[in-house]
Amino acid sequence: MSAHTLSGGFADAPIQSARAFRALLEAMARPGTIHAVTGAQPPAPLSVAAGVALLTLCDGTTPLHLAGTSDRPEVRDWLAFHIGAPLVGPQEAALALGRWEDLAPVNRFRIGLPDYPDRSATLIVEMDRLTNHGPALTGPGIETATWLNLPETAAFQANRALFPLGFDTIFTCGDRIAALPRSTRVEAV
Amino acid sequence: MTMSHDAQAYNFAYLDEQTKRMIRRAILKSLAVPGYQVPFASREMPMPYGWGTGGVQVTAACLVPEDRLKVIDQGADDTTNAVSIRKFFARTAQVATTERTQEATLIQTRHRIPETPLTEGQILVYQVPIPEPLRFLEPRETETRKMHELEEYGLMHVKLYEDIARHGQIATSYAYPVKVEGRYVMDPSPIPKFDNPKLGQSPAIQLFGAGREQRIYALPPFTDVVSLDFDDYPFASSKAPHDCDLCGARQSYLDEVITDDRGGRMFVCSDTDFCASRQAQGKVGRLGVGQAEGAK
Amino acid sequence: MYVAVKGGERAIENAHQWLAEERRGDLSIPELTIPQIREQMKLAVNRVMAEGSLYDPDLAALAIKQARGDLIEAVFLIRAYRTTLPRFALSNPVDTGAMAMDRRISATFKDLPGGQVLGPTFDYTHRLLDFALMAEGEAPFAAALPSTQAGAEGDDAPPHVPHVTTFLDRDGLIETDPATDTTPPDLTREPLELPADRALRLQGITRGDEGFILSLAYSTQRGYGRTHAFVGELRIGRVAVEVDIPELGFAVEVGEVELTECETVNQFKGSKTEPPQFTRGYGLVFGQSERKSIAMSLVDRSLRWQELGEDFTGAPAQDEEFVLYHCDNIQATGFLEHIKLPHYVDFQAELELVRRLRAEAQAQAQQQEAAE
Repeated sequence: MSAHTLSGGFADAPIQSARAFRALLEAMARPGTIHAVTGAQPPAPLSVAAGVALLTLCDGTTPLHLAGTSDRPEVRDWLAFHIGAPLVGPQEAALALGRWEDLAPVNRFRIGLPDYPDRSATLIVEMDRLTNHGPALTGPGIETATWLNLPETAAFQANRALFPLGFDTIFTCGDRIAALPRSTRVEAV
Repeated sequence: MTMSHDAQAYNFAYLDEQTKRMIRRAILKSLAVPGYQVPFASREMPMPYGWGTGGVQVTAACLVPEDRLKVIDQGADDTTNAVSIRKFFARTAQVATTERTQEATLIQTRHRIPETPLTEGQILVYQVPIPEPLRFLEPRETETRKMHELEEYGLMHVKLYEDIARHGQIATSYAYPVKVEGRYVMDPSPIPKFDNPKLGQSPAIQLFGAGREQRIYALPPFTDVVSLDFDDYPFASSKAPHDCDLCGARQSYLDEVITDDRGGRMFVCSDTDFCASRQAQGKVGRLGVGQAEGAK
Repeated sequence: MYVAVKGGERAIENAHQWLAEERRGDLSIPELTIPQIREQMKLAVNRVMAEGSLYDPDLAALAIKQARGDLIEAVFLIRAYRTTLPRFALSNPVDTGAMAMDRRISATFKDLPGGQVLGPTFDYTHRLLDFALMAEGEAPFAAALPSTQAGAEGDDAPPHVPHVTTFLDRDGLIETDPATDTTPPDLTREPLELPADRALRLQGITRGDEGFILSLAYSTQRGYGRTHAFVGELRIGRVAVEVDIPELGFAVEVGEVELTECETVNQFKGSKTEPPQFTRGYGLVFGQSERKSIAMSLVDRSLRWQELGEDFTGAPAQDEEFVLYHCDNIQATGFLEHIKLPHYVDFQAELELVRRLRAEAQAQAQQQEAAE
């Protein structure tokens, strides 16, 4: 356990998690919009935003999957100390964290049940960039159309076709987040 | 083993962090599947079930210290339960409160949508008594859950059609069911059907909390919301055919106030902020008084 | 001139002040203390702990005092307080076989190992008002009798008294009820989901309203989901609560709680796959809560119709959705009482609709009259 394990969490959890959730709420309610968050200093390779999202949403009751390079001892130690989520394989995960290529194939993740579509995974996808250029997004939360640099379109189109089932996605990059719920229609431009 | 429990002893916005995380996860899922009722482990609140515990928990999970909170019941800021809930959050979250719709960043409501159009950056939280629109047609949760799964909404259409057969029109005046994004039939909470047209394509985020029934559901901004109807009997929003007697508004929802025991009555806006703002602008209804006179 | 009703805040404050005065009552009468309520209103305290799902006699007594004796209101205070408490650990299952018993009776056997112990019971009292209690002096009472006749005096640990059902179990006369290590779901932490397993149902019933559970149990006795229950055993006493401390590698006793446990022995005809044997109903409630625990075991048994291959006769006590959704008096009283809140917006919508329908009906009638 390194010194870093014990630091980098929320210093004032009630307030910082409230502000962070508000950003997540806006992001999920308005797909494609990009929001800044603060308050976490997770160990590399996790972004600040991924750390914030995990601290805000994840705890001992939410099985978490670490994919690819995010699955490192320092990350595991940090999560164990600050969050305490059980680490699981992709099939059991309520939340999953990693780069898109590490999370693939995404059809391994839970998409909910026909009578309980909410029992689906939320993917936290670490990105190198987050910009409003890319595939066109339409659907609930979007007045006309917006754009976001999704890592690919086909997987999200397939996910939309499952509606009301499907996974939901949070994109993180540095201290910024955006989201793409399963309800969003995606079109390559 | 006595302990002192003043407001400071409780966490920000009353709920503990684990509870808020659980509610927050439910809210995000509810936004991802508009109109679908997400089960959540509602907590016992220091106010009774049926008095807004669902709305209070959703509000508690969303509030940030920078918020300006407005609470209304029946459209009014000064109804006793609205006062009580506003005070609860002023105490436990130390947030600023307001009665002005435009100034509010988060509005908790029971039974009304404000008249003043909501804007981006605002959240409207509804208190919901019975979240299941099919409940009065089928009391079993196990059955209604199946009906939502299979999109079997025939029972609802039969009920509305029976209304037409009996009364010549759909005889539902509040909690009028809607269909969200062509998928889930949703109960908009017991708002008068006058408010239904404000549900769809709103720039604000709308969240619905039912504490006793342990459900949260949501309408993201700019979501398609259609009041159920038939081609030959289209949905019609309605209100008392009067103008507000205080501010003269023609298009606002009205409360009827009985003024004597000889049949005297007046109609006033149910949205107190809307009515007061109009009166402050000098608008005067049949029984209203000019602002100069009326000011206390 | 019309002035809209204002001053909700002021009205609330005044009402609360008045309530405080009413709670205290006549100032010339000494105020009740928490220990007095805890010691002398013990069964009320027990009920508040049971339905409040929090074992703390002092806080339950405080809630009763604050609620002016309204026990549902007191349960509500305890529940609201309970939600704010952090959860430090989960205890190991308590061992009611090792209970330090005050009372233990079986209706199915005349005598049995461990003996019949009447304990402090209302049974066989003549329900005559004891006016001696009204006079200032205390009524005479027995000086400390040994609380159990069964136990060896002077022993620290209470003797292990086997459950009556174990005698039946040994002969295969009653369904086996194997112990499991499955963590039961937690009704206070997860939304109720149906179908509910037995552990979840029992959890719901034990904190359910005593009156509601009593009436449901009574309805099964009268034939609405009849299960022919015998009280195999009813035991009341204190059990140790132990918590595993992973750092120590063993369990530590953190306290003790008083419990009432009821096991009923019920008739069962047998099926193609199983020979005839008795079946079980189970009740476990905080404190000395005899009526509640018996009622609980009857309702438990009635709800088990499906796993025991019985018919659903439509009886309310067989219907887990009906029972679990309506047994909680805090949910029930909240929703019932919420109709006191203003509903004038919806009423106005109804009023407008009824007026319109009546106007249309009238216009139609007039048109018809004119045509004729």
